[in-house]
Amino acid sequence: MTAEVHKHYLSGGWSLHSWLLTTDHKRICWLYLVSITGFFFLGGIAALLIRLELMTPPGDFLTAEGYNETFSLHGIVMVWFFLIPSIPATLGNFLMPMMVGARDLAFPRLNLLSWYIYTLGGIFTIVMVIGGGVDTGWTFYTPYSSLFSSSAVIAAVAGVFIVGFSSILTGINFIVTTHTMRAPGMHWLRLPLFVWANYATSLILVLATPVLSVTLLLIAAERLLGIGIFDPSLGGDPLLFQHLFWFYSHPAVYIMILPAMGVVSELITCFSKNRIFGYKGMVLAIMAISLFGFVVWGHHMFTSGQSLYAGILFSFFSFLVAVPSAVKTLNWTATLYRGRITFTAPMIYGLSFLGLFAIGGLTGIFLAALALDVHLHDTYFITAHFHYIMVGGAVTAYLGGLHFWWPKMTGRLYSELWSKIAALALFIGFNLTFFPQFLLGYSGMPRRYHEYPEAFQLLHVMSSLGSVVLAIGYLLPLVYFTWSLFRGAPAGANPWQAEGLEWRTASPPPKHNFVSIPRVTEGPYAYR
Amino acid sequence: MSTSSVVDADIGLELIPTQASAYASQVDNLYFVLLALSGLLILVLVGLIVGFGFRYSSKRSGERGKAVPEKLGQRIEIGFALILAVSFLGLFVWAGWLYLNLYGETESDFTINVIGKQWMWKAQHPDGTREINTLHIPVDQTVKLRLTSQDVIHSFSLPALRLKRDAVPGMYTEAHFRATEPGEYRLFCAEYCGTEHARMRGKLVVLSQADYQGWLGRQGKGPSPEVAGQDLFRSYGCSGCHQGDASVRAPTLDGVFGRTRPLASGEMIEADEAYLRNSILQPQKHVVAGYEPVMPSYKGQISEDEIFQIIAYIKSLPAGAWKQSTGAGQ
Ligand code: HEC
Ligand SMILES: [Cu+2]
Ligand SMILES: [Cu+2]
Repeated sequence: MTAEVHKHYLSGGWSLHSWLLTTDHKRICWLYLVSITGFFFLGGIAALLIRLELMTPPGDFLTAEGYNETFSLHGIVMVWFFLIPSIPATLGNFLMPMMVGARDLAFPRLNLLSWYIYTLGGIFTIVMVIGGGVDTGWTFYTPYSSLFSSSAVIAAVAGVFIVGFSSILTGINFIVTTHTMRAPGMHWLRLPLFVWANYATSLILVLATPVLSVTLLLIAAERLLGIGIFDPSLGGDPLLFQHLFWFYSHPAVYIMILPAMGVVSELITCFSKNRIFGYKGMVLAIMAISLFGFVVWGHHMFTSGQSLYAGILFSFFSFLVAVPSAVKTLNWTATLYRGRITFTAPMIYGLSFLGLFAIGGLTGIFLAALALDVHLHDTYFITAHFHYIMVGGAVTAYLGGLHFWWPKMTGRLYSELWSKIAALALFIGFNLTFFPQFLLGYSGMPRRYHEYPEAFQLLHVMSSLGSVVLAIGYLLPLVYFTWSLFRGAPAGANPWQAEGLEWRTASPPPKHNFVSIPRVTEGPYAYR
Repeated sequence: MSTSSVVDADIGLELIPTQASAYASQVDNLYFVLLALSGLLILVLVGLIVGFGFRYSSKRSGERGKAVPEKLGQRIEIGFALILAVSFLGLFVWAGWLYLNLYGETESDFTINVIGKQWMWKAQHPDGTREINTLHIPVDQTVKLRLTSQDVIHSFSLPALRLKRDAVPGMYTEAHFRATEPGEYRLFCAEYCGTEHARMRGKLVVLSQADYQGWLGRQGKGPSPEVAGQDLFRSYGCSGCHQGDASVRAPTLDGVFGRTRPLASGEMIEADEAYLRNSILQPQKHVVAGYEPVMPSYKGQISEDEIFQIIAYIKSLPAGAWKQSTGAGQ
């Protein structure tokens, strides 16, 4: 028996072959981790260049063209190649099978194929974006992208299009796994919320990504064949692009945040040793969010010239979609009530998520409110708002999840002190960077500006200095995780005394996850 | 790369920009209410997290008490959701009402045509005065902005008025405002539009009525848009078909503005500015019933400024204006 346990999924060897041709979801998680981390730091460097340029009002550090290319690179990399795949492709890949009590995903080879499509597509896109000087922003708005910008846009768009297939394949894999591979006794209402969240995310991926693909194809058709689709001088309609684009890209916000919500549910229950408050309400909220997420896309277009009545409808639904998110925040907070709380690094990330997500969500209400959105649209208020959700929310949860499951994935512990310092640096650095941007936005500062009136300098400098602290918060884990990989103390099967099937097997888990498939006899989070 | 220097309004950092209209202060009220509400919620949230963190720290021994019963938990959830939903409904109505005030149909004292183009703003005043990257406006007059773009999408942003409207190629968008505070304010392009996007900014200058008249008087006065439009109508050859005894049968345009037009497709459409613009750039799109689709498209040959002038000319023609005058186009 002991010999069995020692043969874990990493002991299969370190040859290139054993990694590049693996179908083990746990090893594929590592492949994704490597690619995603690479993309993240590339996007991060672009962000620092942006903040450096904005230290002074005139455009002095980068040229206008260079600045536009840098923020485009930042957005394209962070949205398409980091945020969308981040949690599902790494933690989701590792945990979905383990949490439902399965030996792998439903389609292991498809899973490997997704990684290849994602990584090669990502590299191709980035080469095109950098080499071809793509300056459209991640939004590719027409007619600028289709007629006026540089011609590498087609290649970049093709790259994003290709990577879309990786999302679709991962989505299908998760959906089928959740439906067909649950261990005996694991009914739907016993699934951990992390599984529910990734399941809902997969549904969105599968339903919405094709719309994006079609939209990108249409841009290519217009650019290459001159067919008038979005460009009015060819008889097209530029607003049509925005409708199609946001029909995907608003739900994409939920693709980024739902898995983060799943992670946070695991963190908060474990470190308050409490059942989740209102499990059914949480599941309902996840499904409601993914459903309503499909009918609010027009809130990105309140100033665009879409019909005023459409604007009113979209505003209404946008208020509505905030309700389930608010209920979730209430439930996480209530989960702390009468718990036994420990402030480990993952918990600090989890609680930071609560605060930052709440600010992001509440400022979303400002933007759902039509007249206020008109004033705030395309200003730094928007930039601040979505960074609170996507960085303060999604990235914080991603890091929290990594810290939480790291001992499971590697079998090793990391420095408690440094990890807490990193978590705090992230929280403080994040607020320093992005809170001033709310103020900038209300005072009128537009986004995507390479230079700006002098009056805005003070707030920009504050934001830039904050980003240094934030960068430290991101770099530290790189250091102590690497250290832990080689020197970390053995973690044991369940260092956090956590509930959940993944903790009932060795760390790192055996090749096929469980020595024998577990039987599930009660709901998740059976703490105390 | 252009080296034109950008002239910013000379104002410092204002976390709440000067309220240059009554509308601006109404929007700010909404902002303050939302700030107060969110501040309260964040305080409660942080208070609970910190409070629970101390009270239920694993370091403290002692009884924790029972968890909240499921029924009560559900009531709390539903109650919270309902309270939120109701307050959201109020905010939604409030903000929507303001939105309709800003963009909806309203009586205005005059209209200014604004054209965005990479990378400048061009404005046409009713008397034909034109300016670039600066907009002069009299105080206490309801001004309607009619916007379009010559190339990509831009967005005309006036923070002091809490007003922003996209300038979209191929369509006219509108917004109106009534400035109440004379002064100089910021003007930005808010929609990313390419290399020099950040330099597509300038000034809004709100003047007293007398100063505005004085300012207009000092501008090198071109012909009024109607007169300029009439000249264009002749030089582009429109009059050849539409007026006098042309060999081609084309509808007369005097009094056409505002009328409901029957189309060959069987539809009816109101002849507003957008319709007239489409008739010039995409004549095949709406062919008037009873006529051959022979009108050529002027796409690529005529600028958005000129279209505004021709429209002004057509609008100025009362029904029957052409019948009374003899010689074509006089
Ligand atoms: C070759 C002849 C010809 C020329 C030149 C021409 N038009 Fe036309 N135009 C027509 C005909 C025929 C129609 C009716 C069929 C249609 O709607 O296309 C028409 C329709 C219109 C209409 C719609 C009128 C309605 O009754 O609703 C407008 C407005 C108009 N033209 C404006 C212009 C302007 C402005 C120009 C010059 C820039 C111009 N046209 C040049 C032939 C011409
Ligand atoms: Cu959205
Ligand atoms: Cu512009």
